[in-house]
Amino acid sequence: MSWLSKFFSSSIGQKVIMSLTGIFLMLFLIVHLLGNFQLLKNDDGEAFNTYAFFMTHNPIIKIISYSLYAFILLHTVQGLRLWISNRASRGSNRYAVNHTRSSERSARNMAWFGMVIFIFLILHLWQFWLQMKMGILPAAEVPAYDHPVQNLYLPVAEAFQNIYYVIFYVVCMVVVGFHLWHGFWSSFQTLGLAHRKYSPIIKIVGYVYSIGVSFGFAVIPILSYFSK
Amino acid sequence: MKLTLKIWRQGGRYKGEFVNYELPDVNPDMSFLEMLDVLNEQLVSRREEPVAFEHDCREGICGSCSLVIDGRPHGPMKGTTTCQVHMRHYHEGDTIVIEPFRAKAFPVIRDLVVDRSSFDRIIQSGGYVSVNTGQAQDANSIPVEKQQAGHSFDAAACIGCGACVAACPNASSMLFTSAKISHLALLPQGQVERRRRVLRMVAQMDKEGFGKCSNVQACEAECPKEISVGNIARMNHEYLSATFASEEEIA
Repeated sequence: MSWLSKFFSSSIGQKVIMSLTGIFLMLFLIVHLLGNFQLLKNDDGEAFNTYAFFMTHNPIIKIISYSLYAFILLHTVQGLRLWISNRASRGSNRYAVNHTRSSERSARNMAWFGMVIFIFLILHLWQFWLQMKMGILPAAEVPAYDHPVQNLYLPVAEAFQNIYYVIFYVVCMVVVGFHLWHGFWSSFQTLGLAHRKYSPIIKIVGYVYSIGVSFGFAVIPILSYFSK
Repeated sequence: MKLTLKIWRQGGRYKGEFVNYELPDVNPDMSFLEMLDVLNEQLVSRREEPVAFEHDCREGICGSCSLVIDGRPHGPMKGTTTCQVHMRHYHEGDTIVIEPFRAKAFPVIRDLVVDRSSFDRIIQSGGYVSVNTGQAQDANSIPVEKQQAGHSFDAAACIGCGACVAACPNASSMLFTSAKISHLALLPQGQVERRRRVLRMVAQMDKEGFGKCSNVQACEAECPKEISVGNIARMNHEYLSATFASEEEIA
């Protein structure tokens, strides 16, 4: 088994961890975004609360969500480890002038974007997820279930009426967009999935995905704020 | 042409600092290294210590010259080594900042000269083929597909200068290592040691203290031989298949 630990401590192994957890998180973002679109329905949160109950009580989704927490932590810790060791590799003497050409601005700032996203995530979980888990939210009746469910729509709708929160949220989504702009293609490159025919397609899908996801998340609080 | 050079001096009486030198009469037909030769002649005649810098073939194929010129490894032009940069690209009164390649795995020996023997050790760990040293075979007896040969040759164009490491924000040597791995992995002669080679060379690269690639692609942009980052993907693929789809294991 020493070959396996050797693999995960190697430079490529450490990158593969980033890549695989990153791909999982990118898939999750699509599901999360589709769920959030329920907020745009003009039904006082009925669809959103039904969805929230389903997502927190279905056993398969529960397993997936616990893996999700683990992968978020793994992606964060591994990313920080890489960032620290890469800075050490660069050495203490920095270039006085640095104009190296590079097509990707966002690639150079992945760690900073990641840290902003992690801080956003802590606030995000504390604000919505934790209240749900503690069961301190008021009850709401939804036709899909014959029992009352937690009204997660309430704190969300409330937060989206606060202009400062909406601005903060939108800025964070722009950061998410930059992180994905580089991350999408990068995760394929790390797995060695580069191909003369497919790589251009992967890049374009990545750009569309990163713009689509960040725009999709950002548009919800903006519409909610201006619709009331 | 009058120029000001801001050069990194380290070693001897210099602790590691920039020193300014004025060159009053630079001929635009000079190469960049000839311009440094002229500076050194002046320094020697003034009984000052000349600036140490590396050079050998001066025709862009040996990989000896280095230098980060105005923040770019091998200077301002794309696909060009320092020795192929000419002074006609500069203007009267310009200030040129000259620094050594900076990376933990490339310690400065003196002034602009860095120790790149870490690259040699990566090659020694597996960048070779064990061939029978009998008569050379007839060239056509080993069929090589045209496209494979092309990709292999493109990777083999790497001169091992280290500009990829110098340009990388992580000081990663993955472009160099992957070019060497690709070069041999794509040819029939490289198949015998293919799995072992990638495992050993990546292990040695990590041991030397190079950073981990984060796909910034600055290496490809600055490489004087324009080696593609596609080689890095190939190396990742080779490494994954050697680890998970072969019985090869290294000590």
